Amino acid sequence: MDILQILLTESFWAATLRIATPLIFGVLGALICEKAGVLNLGIEGIFVAGAMAGWMAVWFGFSLWTGLLVAIFVGGFFGLIHAILTVPLGLSQHVSGLGVTMLATSVSYFTYRTALPKVSSPPKIEPFQPFDVPFLSELPFIGPILSQQTAMTWLAILMVGLVWWVFNRTPLGLSIRAVGDNPDAVDAQGLSVYGIRIGSIIVGSSIMALGGAFLTMSAFDSFFFGMVNGRGWICIALVIFASWRPGKALLGAILFGAFDAFQVRLQTEVGAFLPSQVFLMAPYVLSIIALVIVARRAEYPRALLKPWFKGAR
Amino acid sequence: MIRIEPREMPSKWWTIGIPIISAFVAILLASIPLTLAGANIFEAYRQMANGIFGSTFAFTEMLTRATPLIFTGLAATIAFRAKLWNIGAEGQLYLGAMAAVAVGTGLIDAPAFILIPIILLAGALSGAIGMAAPTYLKTRFGADEVVTTLLLNFIVIIFLQMMLEGPLKDPMGMGWPQSEPIVDNGVLPQLLPRMRIHAGLIIALLTAGLVHLFLSKSIWGFKIRAVGENPSAALHAGINVKRTFMGAAVVSGAIAGLAGVSEVAGLRGYLTTDLSPGFGYTGIVVAMLAGLSPIGVVISAIFIASIFVGADTMSRAIGVSSYLADLVVALSLICVLIGGFIARYKFIRTNKGNV
Amino acid sequence: MMKNTRVLSLENISKRFGSVVANNSVNIDLYRGEVLALLGENGAGKTTLMNMLFGHYIPDSGSIDVLSYEGQMEPLTLGHPQASLDAGIGMVHQHFTLAENLSVLENILLGSEKIWAWRHNRSNARDKITKIMNRTGLSAPLDEEVGKLTVGERQRVEILKALYQEVKILVLDEPTAVLTPQEADTLFENITAMTKDGLSVIFISHKLREVLAFSNRIAVLRHGKKVGEIPTSEANERVIARMMVGEETIENPRKKMKIGSPVLQLNGVSSKGDSTRTSLNRTNLTIHKHEIVGVAGVSGNGQSVLAKLISGLAEPDSGELLIDGKNIKYFSPKEMQSLGVGRIPEDRHHDGVISAMSVAENLIIERLHDKDVNNKGFLQNKSIKKNAEELIEKYDIRGPGIDANTALLSGGNIQKLILARVFECMPNVILANQPTRGLDLGAANEVARRLLEARTRGAGILLISEDLDEILELSDRIMVIHDGSLTEAIDVSREAIGLMMAGEKA
Repeated sequence: MDILQILLTESFWAATLRIATPLIFGVLGALICEKAGVLNLGIEGIFVAGAMAGWMAVWFGFSLWTGLLVAIFVGGFFGLIHAILTVPLGLSQHVSGLGVTMLATSVSYFTYRTALPKVSSPPKIEPFQPFDVPFLSELPFIGPILSQQTAMTWLAILMVGLVWWVFNRTPLGLSIRAVGDNPDAVDAQGLSVYGIRIGSIIVGSSIMALGGAFLTMSAFDSFFFGMVNGRGWICIALVIFASWRPGKALLGAILFGAFDAFQVRLQTEVGAFLPSQVFLMAPYVLSIIALVIVARRAEYPRALLKPWFKGAR
Repeated sequence: MIRIEPREMPSKWWTIGIPIISAFVAILLASIPLTLAGANIFEAYRQMANGIFGSTFAFTEMLTRATPLIFTGLAATIAFRAKLWNIGAEGQLYLGAMAAVAVGTGLIDAPAFILIPIILLAGALSGAIGMAAPTYLKTRFGADEVVTTLLLNFIVIIFLQMMLEGPLKDPMGMGWPQSEPIVDNGVLPQLLPRMRIHAGLIIALLTAGLVHLFLSKSIWGFKIRAVGENPSAALHAGINVKRTFMGAAVVSGAIAGLAGVSEVAGLRGYLTTDLSPGFGYTGIVVAMLAGLSPIGVVISAIFIASIFVGADTMSRAIGVSSYLADLVVALSLICVLIGGFIARYKFIRTNKGNV
Repeated sequence: MMKNTRVLSLENISKRFGSVVANNSVNIDLYRGEVLALLGENGAGKTTLMNMLFGHYIPDSGSIDVLSYEGQMEPLTLGHPQASLDAGIGMVHQHFTLAENLSVLENILLGSEKIWAWRHNRSNARDKITKIMNRTGLSAPLDEEVGKLTVGERQRVEILKALYQEVKILVLDEPTAVLTPQEADTLFENITAMTKDGLSVIFISHKLREVLAFSNRIAVLRHGKKVGEIPTSEANERVIARMMVGEETIENPRKKMKIGSPVLQLNGVSSKGDSTRTSLNRTNLTIHKHEIVGVAGVSGNGQSVLAKLISGLAEPDSGELLIDGKNIKYFSPKEMQSLGVGRIPEDRHHDGVISAMSVAENLIIERLHDKDVNNKGFLQNKSIKKNAEELIEKYDIRGPGIDANTALLSGGNIQKLILARVFECMPNVILANQPTRGLDLGAANEVARRLLEARTRGAGILLISEDLDEILELSDRIMVIHDGSLTEAIDVSREAIGLMMAGEKA
């Protein structure tokens, strides 16, 4: 077992990016909601919905990019439900999020099963293909890694930059950062707290849905029950680990992806000594450990989980 | 323009009526996906009712299905009352089931009246540890229990697979990953001949009664309620908040563990990886629908079980996916949330600027 | 005085919340360049009135007209802070509306640019703010995170925010609550300078003295109604006090008492707070029986840590704390309670009561292991009820009943509930942390009376308060806290204490 050897192979890093991509979308989406002050536990269900809706659009003949738009729309729709329950109605963000996860998951499963009755093997679509960026693919080592990635991975990375820009360089981002700290400050400056929060949740949820869509439209080519398998929850842990910063989110997702890719390779090396399940557990255990490490010093957005009502002073 | 004002005191009628109304609204809303799936709505509902009330067997099946939901509903109730978000009941259920199987498949040779309590205790202990660990991480390190309990569910299920392919594997099981069966002395007795309904239901009902008693009348229950409503004031008043959280965690996990014991030792007889179709998560809906009331949990569990059993029958009869049940359950949760809001606030119509 | 232009007119403004009438047909006019003081005791409706001016609430009836830039009096669109800002009205709230994670510049920028702009224009903003700071003498570190600023600095940011929005009318809600007497003077000097430029100011206060010192005109509110208006030159303390309260105020005489043995001692206690400013540093404090020791100081100078220590919520990093001469090793609220320390918390809603629980339950929450509450682990409902009935009678706690949610009680009654809980245990040491904040005069008087009674009985009381008048009235000895250090005030004049509060020598 040569750890260094594994780390030096291109296939390892290619796998890392592939595993990290849905997490990047998920963490960005969750981060946007939480920066605005609302915890969105609907992420797991929105992943499922994005995966199903995007895939099904392609199955019914639309293009891949249209499929992504469908996923975005579906994510935004479930995000809207969560937004209405938590912002103007001020209901428990925990319960509402869990409800949205249950709703999105059950709607997705029901729709899939109704549209495609039981078949022996899951139907497939033609997914996103690896994408050759003309200049970058010539670079040594990085080149082959990058050219194995699909357009969605590039989209994820671009999105990190976009989210960073919006948060740090635009008035909109400023108001989102403010509303997650002290909604009264935003209200007193004449801005709409409800509007900013609802908008953030919808946008965040749309981005989350892309994470799910990646699974069925890029990483794999079909939809199967239980495929999300806790990735949404891992993203919630990673947001805290990333201190609600887009750059750190990218880093965290890649680190996590690296770890996961590593344990798969480790299995083939050490598989004889340890049951495979130990390796399967590793990502979840790692997430919990990461969470515990940062929890003490985590600077949660001050207004997170606190409902705000107009006119209540 | 509509103005919202909190009601002086939430009306008693609303508090009881809301869950009932939400339940029915959810069932009604199910007609939309049913129609979209091309089903005849009346036939669908008729089949659902048939699946619950059609025969004694159907009815007892429903109660059997409700049994684990009462346990997980109670587990969620206790934890949520303390605002301790136990989303890990699914994992704790399996931990309880694993303990039951470890102890009850031949390790101990004893008559039923000794072995059954031992199995129950083992399951409860196992589930309790399953919730105590994340709660310890919360009180000691401030790690959010929502995420840790959720992730732990996945870890437990993978651990279960490992156990069922390893130490707990049934050598006579023809290679399938399943455990040995619980010995006869450890099986929870059947309540009616030729029906699957078992003593787990009695234990569940007793547990509900005990939880109700302790939550509303004991000092311990008072502390849990206080900490759930306002932890800083509770701390300031001298209540040991950390100990209260741990207490709630242990009891919550233990009861969820009992759900696992009940399913393994009462219904199935042996343990497989698909013992629970999400009882832990559904328990949360059961608890919310019951307004976090232990007695309400029993009724709510029966309602949710009816949905599932009814949907199964309907699915077999008219071919609509039984995922409809999950949909109805999810809708009930959202409806009851909205309903709770309507109960707590009143809507006043005002003309612009004037009363 | 020359006839001045009217810039603002509130006509017949009324507002009720449920059954409580907050404002009853109030009429207020404001003229250009004047400082109008809105005086009234806590609960009189001053903040509610101004909140309606700023768009946080909509009046039930009445109208507001503002002088537009064209010189016409135009009706104000109600219920939208943006509309009020557009009309040139700005407000510095009592509880600051600042985002602590953002810098001063960012807080000022917030909401002032088009929200869909692709990028900020920080350099323009910086120039504009610097000009304003130079002109008015108010300064704040533009790139510092607001969370790191002192209370006084934060207030300046609030004012700069308003000035950046080019307000013509500035409302200040209880601006001096968080300042030393000298800082208050400076603030009003700055304000007076700004009025010469045409700014019109309304400031809300319940303090007679500052109203008389700093305004041109005084409007007095009582129980939601305007009961009087008087040019400051014609007013004096007795006259406006009578308008404010409606009757002669009750005095609580503080008789001189012989102090007894020490009940609370801090010897060289150090304890960390959020920053060095808020940490306690080798503090010494002694409180004796029959004594009230007042701790004066602007909030954010270590009071929270001091309160936490005595409440058992924090441990000293070094030094020792003695109760009745006994050295405390183990710190917890329960431990402190059992040693006879009664605590009246600063934030009664957050730390004092559990709003979702009943009055009866809140009354016994500190006594969960007493024989009459706890029988083998079960609640003794009958005696809990009886206890509640007796206490609401004795302490005049008014509300919908002993089983009603505490959330339905007014601030004053919640405080009475807390007093009942604390005083019934006959504590030896009492920590009273901002005990009359937000209370109307009647309730405040009640608190003062009970504290003095406890002192007579033999308790030693630590009174932490931002209200210097309250400290001067009730304390036998005065300590001043600044930057985590406690110093005894030898010269107990306002001036001297004010200087000590700011960290300067008297």
